[in-house]
Amino acid sequence: MDSHESARGHVTGEALYTDDLLARFPRLLHAWPVCAPHAHARLLSLDPGPALAAPGVLHVLTGADVPGEGDSGANRHDEPLFPMEILHHRQAVAWVLGETLPAAQGGAALVQATYEPLPAILSIEAAIAAESFHAGPHRLTRGDVCVPSFLQLEGELRIGGQEHFYLETHAALAWRDESGGVALQCSTQHPSEAQEIVSRVLGLPRNQITVECLRMGGAFGGKEVQSNPFAAIAALGAWVTGRPVRVRLTRQLDMALTGKRHPYLIRYAAGFAEDGRLLTLKAQLYSDGGWSLDLSEPILWRSIFHLDNAYLLPNVECTGYVCRTHKTSQTAFRGFGGPQGMLAIEEILSQAAQRLGLPAEVVRERNFYREGDVTHYGQPVKDAARITRIWEHLKATSDFDERRRAITSANAASPHRKRGLAITPVKFGISFTATFFNQAGAFVLIFRDGSVQVNHGGTEMGQGLQTKILRIAAGTLGVPPETIRLMPTNTGKVPNTSPTAASAGTDLNGAAVADACRQLRARLDEVAGGSTFAERCERAYLQRVPLFAEGYYRTPEIHYDRQTGQGRPFYYYAYGAAVSEVEIDRFTGDCRVLRVDILEDVGDSISPVIDRGQIEGGFLQGLGWLTIEELLWDAQGRLASNSASTYKLPSWSELPDDFRVDFLERATEPGVIFGSKAVGEPPLMLAISAREAIRDAIAAFRPGPVHLDSPATAERIFFAIRGGA
Amino acid sequence: MAGLTFELNGRPVAVDGYAPQTTLLDYLRDRGLTGAKEGCAEGECGACTVLLVAKHGDQSAYRAVNSCLMFLPMAAGQEIYTVESLVDKGELCEAQAALAAAGGSQCGYCTPGFVMSLFAEQYRPGREGACDPHQMGGNLCRCTGYRPIRDAALSLGPAPAGVFLDRLAWPAPTLTAVEQTGFSRPVSVEECVRQLAVHPGAKLVAGGTDLGVESNLLGRRWPHLISLEAIPELQRFDETADAVIIGAALPLTDVLDRWTSAPAALADCLLPFASPTIRNRATLGGNLGNASPIGDSAPLLLALDAAVYTSARRRIPLADFFTGYRQTALAAGEFLTAIEVPKPYPAFLRFYKVSKRRMDDISTLSAAFAWRWDGERVADARLAFGGVAARPLRVCEAEEALAGEPWTLETIARVQAVLAQTLQPLSDHRGSAAYRTAVAQSLLEKAFYG
Repeated sequence: MDSHESARGHVTGEALYTDDLLARFPRLLHAWPVCAPHAHARLLSLDPGPALAAPGVLHVLTGADVPGEGDSGANRHDEPLFPMEILHHRQAVAWVLGETLPAAQGGAALVQATYEPLPAILSIEAAIAAESFHAGPHRLTRGDVCVPSFLQLEGELRIGGQEHFYLETHAALAWRDESGGVALQCSTQHPSEAQEIVSRVLGLPRNQITVECLRMGGAFGGKEVQSNPFAAIAALGAWVTGRPVRVRLTRQLDMALTGKRHPYLIRYAAGFAEDGRLLTLKAQLYSDGGWSLDLSEPILWRSIFHLDNAYLLPNVECTGYVCRTHKTSQTAFRGFGGPQGMLAIEEILSQAAQRLGLPAEVVRERNFYREGDVTHYGQPVKDAARITRIWEHLKATSDFDERRRAITSANAASPHRKRGLAITPVKFGISFTATFFNQAGAFVLIFRDGSVQVNHGGTEMGQGLQTKILRIAAGTLGVPPETIRLMPTNTGKVPNTSPTAASAGTDLNGAAVADACRQLRARLDEVAGGSTFAERCERAYLQRVPLFAEGYYRTPEIHYDRQTGQGRPFYYYAYGAAVSEVEIDRFTGDCRVLRVDILEDVGDSISPVIDRGQIEGGFLQGLGWLTIEELLWDAQGRLASNSASTYKLPSWSELPDDFRVDFLERATEPGVIFGSKAVGEPPLMLAISAREAIRDAIAAFRPGPVHLDSPATAERIFFAIRGGA
Repeated sequence: MAGLTFELNGRPVAVDGYAPQTTLLDYLRDRGLTGAKEGCAEGECGACTVLLVAKHGDQSAYRAVNSCLMFLPMAAGQEIYTVESLVDKGELCEAQAALAAAGGSQCGYCTPGFVMSLFAEQYRPGREGACDPHQMGGNLCRCTGYRPIRDAALSLGPAPAGVFLDRLAWPAPTLTAVEQTGFSRPVSVEECVRQLAVHPGAKLVAGGTDLGVESNLLGRRWPHLISLEAIPELQRFDETADAVIIGAALPLTDVLDRWTSAPAALADCLLPFASPTIRNRATLGGNLGNASPIGDSAPLLLALDAAVYTSARRRIPLADFFTGYRQTALAAGEFLTAIEVPKPYPAFLRFYKVSKRRMDDISTLSAAFAWRWDGERVADARLAFGGVAARPLRVCEAEEALAGEPWTLETIARVQAVLAQTLQPLSDHRGSAAYRTAVAQSLLEKAFYG
């Protein structure tokens, strides 16, 4: 059985999350924010007096309480914890600490704040007009975009954002520890950065701050940097009051305060040969970064890098901007900009196919990378032949050609419901583009009875990292998994860790754990005698052989020049492809996904159950982003889709009736832990096949190219069928 | 709040010192039962799911409910189970074992809720064959994509022998009167009327699936809550040759179960209406009494020419019930007691719900069309809509354009033109006015084509 290592804890409810630990903290205080009612405003005054007079209110945290620097912006220090200028609706201007949550909430309502509202920038178009940018232009060019072509295509694509909707909202618990520092339990993908920010805010060296994460109830990138301010507020509260402080966001607060996947506006001009080969591409990418920079720059770069998806761009000129708007600060989300770049090229290829009268899959095939090709950022496309291999294999196993014929004839007989079919590829670069993040540490301890503790810098958010680490450690040490205990991620065990992100958690931390385990194995192999592992450990101890080891890994061969956008930012590519079949209804625009076939290159799978889970879950999350999940802000800059009832995740009705997933065979990835490949992010983009199948179905209703902004909601499908867009 | 007792995981508990609008979820977590989680606080995600023992004839059934939407005093006298009760001497129950084995958990945060819904499904009286995955429709998972959870459900057969099965052979607890500070639960309509008179500003609560959201998300507080759950008259279901009478506080799950003669449109309406977890608590009286413009039952019941009965012993045709945005014909202190659906049902009856997500979403628009045939022609048409105006309504102008006409595309085009002129929907996050108007019209064609 290879299900999740915490499966028993999950199904019994015994698996603990940050906010399950409250009972361990007597005299706990609850923090609640005072939220500004404007998208953009100047804070004129703030009077906590009435709140402090209310029963149960202990303190109101303001800038005056900050002993260090009151800013949680990871890179640019552009996220004041107690802002004087409000930059998004409901931005927190102060935090009330109460004996109970209702007391804190009641107190927050009593804090008197006055504002001078200012004009707000609430759309990408408005930001472009005002030249309101966090970053850009970032440029990447290759070849000559003026070479003549048979077909010239120009257009725009609007891509909606996406709410992470991890089931566990942001949570942090902080307390003064025994030695005068501050310790935190925090739901974060990046404990070391939470430590860094808390240390900055409190003005303490990092060795005074300990951050631990037991596990997260989902994260998807939304807890990479976005957890920092909440860790900082909890820590500041604990520092000021000497009592434990809890920050836990309600769903609505989490949606109002935290960043999401970036909405994009993409303008393009492309030139094609008559046979469908893409000759030139000019693209302007505008991402909606929201109020602060956050991770928007590397996200934009990944969009630019993934503008090729699996296709050769011989002549390309790409320009990217991060727009500064008065919205939540958009952030990492599974795919990290890759999905938006890939959506653009798939849109462009489909538009071209429709104009050239060619099947979309033929145009895609004709543009595939071949062995020896180099990307527009100068990286050889390692294993490019796998794109075609996966494609051909999947077309065969999914009966693509036969189903295409069957659907065409079925559609001819069905005037009101049409089916659509599409196949799309995924090529996704693995590694952090911030090269220094591509390192990891581990610390493995063996006790004299042969039991083992494994520490590493990765965090568990449901992706199955710990399940894979357990296999790696057990396999390398040669012990049964039951003898190994995976320890909570703690900055006191492994320092200076990278975020668990970029799909690289297992590649990096698994390799570091294996390194430590190999050292211990070698030492134990030197010890003579002992029929069991435990006996050998005891003998080793008596012979004064150290039974603990640190492990370390850094990804080799990667480099990248931010100025030129050239280099080898990725250690390897994860490949896959998906075939989706959908059916749409012309009376309502209703869409059903009938069947999905996926072939994914996961290398040698360390855990097939985990990998399949990542593929299926990623696909459905991508499907949600591309179809039903619609983020909307109103004219005042308030998030209109601000709760579980107004923002709908995929549910049972989105699960394809027929959902087939296979792994590519003979796919060992040399140089990666156990020959495996990253699987966290790439499958999300397989859902583009469903969007393209929807386009195919719309086209069956009427002549002419189909433009489809994202998400393809029932309303967009309905009007696209009627010929508008 | 004092002196409240109920049974929790097989043991009696006495509750004291909580505000009446404390949720059952917060109470459970406060007691250290942290398996139930808060994911949304509005009954959408199901991470807080627990089981209630509900009446099933003279026996019992486990009902999965959202503990975030139950005010703690509503638990009085109930029998409640949480995920912590399911492991027996270290052994997982079958639902737990199946989910674990199938890879049905990733982050695990939603998992206890799925376990509870699947457990209730496995023990559902009268269920045959594999478990129905859609009974977990009230549980959201952001990680797995549901396929392994579906497989887990399909792998489960009959409920195993044991104490949990044995329990179902006995009656469910009978809810008795409660009267305490801030909360009361009368056992008769007359007593409820009296309570409303003595507690000015009191709010009635049936299943709490809407009121709980108002409490949790908007922070609304009421001086007094009056639960309708223990009034037998409001739980009735009676069918005669002329009509079906449904108690206003009968949960929708029971409406579906017991209205076996119902036209197919009832299932079209109630299955996507909300999740099973919500339907286990939500009531028709609540859905109508709320007078929400997007309540899904109203268009269907309008098309069925239903009437409502009230505590003032009035009978009001539903067509006269909704008077404006969240306004009804009820007088102060008057409440719904039953819904009457006349028989025979219309020969032609369709219900459509249009929403961003097909299941368990709030309607962008809903519509119900009903009529008798007069030969080839439509007689007495009723065209009812939700989501197109400030209240659920019948569009009389369109009905007149249809009545007496043959059911043809030409007629439909004329009715569509009337709808286009009559309907004045809003644009909001669920859909634009243009979409609502266009779909309201195209649904007539959908009805025509089948």
